Amino acid sequence: MDILEILLTTGFWAATLRIATPLIFGTLGELICERAGVLNLGIEGIMTMGAMAGWMWVYQGGDLWGGLAFAAFIGMLFGLLHSGFTVYLGLSQHVTGIGITLLASSLSYFVFRMLLPDATTPPKIEPFQPYAVPLLSDLPVLGPSVFTQTPMTYLALICVVVIWYGLNRTPVGLAVRMAGEHPLAVEAQGIDVLAVRTGAVMVGSALMSVGGAFLTMSAFDAFYFGMVNGRGWICVALVIFASWRPGKALLGALLFAGIDALQVRVQQVSGAAIPYQFFLMAPYVLSILAMVVMARRAAYPKALLAPFRRGDRA
Amino acid sequence: MTAVLRLENITKRFGSLVANDSVSLSLARGEVLALLGENGAGKTTLMNILFGHYVADEGRVEVEGKPLLPGAPHAAIAAGVGMVHQHFTLADNLTVLDNVVLGTESLWRPWQNRAAARNRLDTMSSEFGLTVDPDARVGDLSVGERQRVEILKALYRDARILIMDEPTAVLTPQETEVLFDTLRRLVERGLSIIFISHKLNEILAISDRVMVLRRGKIVHEMPTSGADRHILAEAMVGHTVTRPKAESMVSGAPVLAMQDVSLRAPTSGVALDHVNLVVHAHEVVGIAGVSGNGQVQLAELISGLCRAESGSMTLFGETIANPTPAKVVKLGVGRIPEDRHAEGVIGEMSIWENMISEDLRALPISRRGLIDHAAARARTEAQIERFDVRCPGPDAETRLLSGGNMQKLILARALSREPGLVLANQPARGLDEGAIAYVHGQLLAARERGAGVLLITEDLEELLALSDRVAVIYQGRLSATLDAKTVTPRQLGLMMAGHDPSEEQTGSGGAAA
Repeated sequence: MDILEILLTTGFWAATLRIATPLIFGTLGELICERAGVLNLGIEGIMTMGAMAGWMWVYQGGDLWGGLAFAAFIGMLFGLLHSGFTVYLGLSQHVTGIGITLLASSLSYFVFRMLLPDATTPPKIEPFQPYAVPLLSDLPVLGPSVFTQTPMTYLALICVVVIWYGLNRTPVGLAVRMAGEHPLAVEAQGIDVLAVRTGAVMVGSALMSVGGAFLTMSAFDAFYFGMVNGRGWICVALVIFASWRPGKALLGALLFAGIDALQVRVQQVSGAAIPYQFFLMAPYVLSILAMVVMARRAAYPKALLAPFRRGDRA
Repeated sequence: MTAVLRLENITKRFGSLVANDSVSLSLARGEVLALLGENGAGKTTLMNILFGHYVADEGRVEVEGKPLLPGAPHAAIAAGVGMVHQHFTLADNLTVLDNVVLGTESLWRPWQNRAAARNRLDTMSSEFGLTVDPDARVGDLSVGERQRVEILKALYRDARILIMDEPTAVLTPQETEVLFDTLRRLVERGLSIIFISHKLNEILAISDRVMVLRRGKIVHEMPTSGADRHILAEAMVGHTVTRPKAESMVSGAPVLAMQDVSLRAPTSGVALDHVNLVVHAHEVVGIAGVSGNGQVQLAELISGLCRAESGSMTLFGETIANPTPAKVVKLGVGRIPEDRHAEGVIGEMSIWENMISEDLRALPISRRGLIDHAAARARTEAQIERFDVRCPGPDAETRLLSGGNMQKLILARALSREPGLVLANQPARGLDEGAIAYVHGQLLAARERGAGVLLITEDLEELLALSDRVAVIYQGRLSATLDAKTVTPRQLGLMMAGHDPSEEQTGSGGAAA
């Protein structure tokens, strides 16, 4: 079986979408934060938190959609924490973000252990099941891959459209973009820059958290330590790859996921000729290359990383 | 006339500094009120209070007889106050339309009415003669166009009172004319304008009434018809200041010669395009141009910060193939960089460290690889004395100096070694009258002593006062040099905008080489 054949299997495409889903949520979340001018390196921890919180809600007897809402809510709280430090106090966004990642990851393991001190093998829940879209799922190849996914994957795709529209076609989206480009211009129009940025960071963090929840509530059925495994950092890179545009973010997530899905399959057919570590590396190496190419033209939000303080002397 | 705006006893303090000290003013309908003052006189602070960026410690603001909520830009906008900031508040990455409509719609409406917004913008553009493409990215517009967008932004919000904060600082003389036409048109339609500036001729040209602000206080108020340059200059500075003027002098041997020098800038795309330039001893050569036309590259080349791709450069008769900063300094180039904060000094380091930073490898400062602190301190103290740098002492942090004193420090460093060539890039930018006079005096003293001075500036008044010969740089091409005594600001303005000077030129050209 060569690479071409793999590309034609439904399994490959289904896996690509599945792997891409948490990246889509995470990248969109990071993108919203950064468009408003706030780098959110808390993403890795917030995804871990979302994975734990959503799963725990269901494990304690809640329903799946409730768990998702709960994960989003917890994400918002961490977003609020992040903006408290970076937006209102104007502290370093890098340091705060990494601090939030450390705090949120450790806190999720801690809470997990607190609530389930005796669990030896990770307990399981009943996760989201694939839903075949009527009619569309009968299409060849696309049907069983794209249109037979869990609801969270559809939600991710819908989010791409909603966030594109929200950022580019609504007054509040314009305010968010302007806050990341020239906060004084927002202030000069009588809009509260700090509130706009805080709102954006909270919404973005909620999306990150939902992306994490996908791992425990849809892709798998249990919460493991270290299960986010750097996906948050990949999202930070994908935002640059995407030049801060939601459509390109989807493209980047699919590309990365596609290479990841491909390397697993190539690994199986290549035997021991090439050490498997090289295949594991492939998505990262290729995403670095893609970033080098794409990021050259990227137009950074001008006020990214720059805190805004009212009434400062210029 | 009825007052549309009234400020009463506004006082604002920043720590121990009183930026506005019980300032009162009123503005009539259809009036252009000029607010004149030096840097730090409190003009911008006052307007920021009016617009709600700052909250005044004391006093009140009334618009059309109604008190204005302090510290709230949205209240000021709603009351019909529009502000065109000195540093534009536009997002480069967004379109003109996006920049204009921000904040005019309810934030939570789930859609934008872009078609209606575009129509309204188009109508206003043509009504006020402010043409600009609504879909253009702001970053792609010229400075004059960006200012138009700022004015449209205010008009779009039905501004009746327009505050223009140093609007001409970034414009060519021609663009300034266009702006003045626009302002007159707005006044005809009943708008009232507050025009902030420290340029006397502009204030005399555009305003009906002028108020002079000095150290936070209104010190003078009069109708413009009764004012002249001398009255205003004296009111602004508090005492008589006369800028020195170059007296004619016989120039000597060439100190700098550039032949066919070309160079591409790595990022901005601006280039030097076959530049020919000669500067002689006992001579000031002025380079005029709107910023971003190659001045940075020219200055970097002579400072040793980059090298030419083709052509040759000769300093004091020696051909320089690979200029480095250390080499050009050693040869005798004194450098006054464009941005004194970014390139001139290291703000976080002490005055003495900055003062000796060009002497780090030579005696007496450097002794067996170590800095001789006593020598460094002695030299710094001598320079502080000689160049009248007002500071607490050699150990003070440099960033705490005022702009004028920081520039004196840079002059001290560059001129005390008696360089044969002085590269002065915007040497008086942002300084007040007293400091400008001092800087100009020092440059002319260097010329007297025998140095050649290359003066790069956007300020035509400065250019014509100091230069023996002038040239204009436009898109990396340097014009032939003209005699500074015969060339007019109007000619230079046209050349700065890229027009061919030969049609109007009356002075002698091509005196170079």
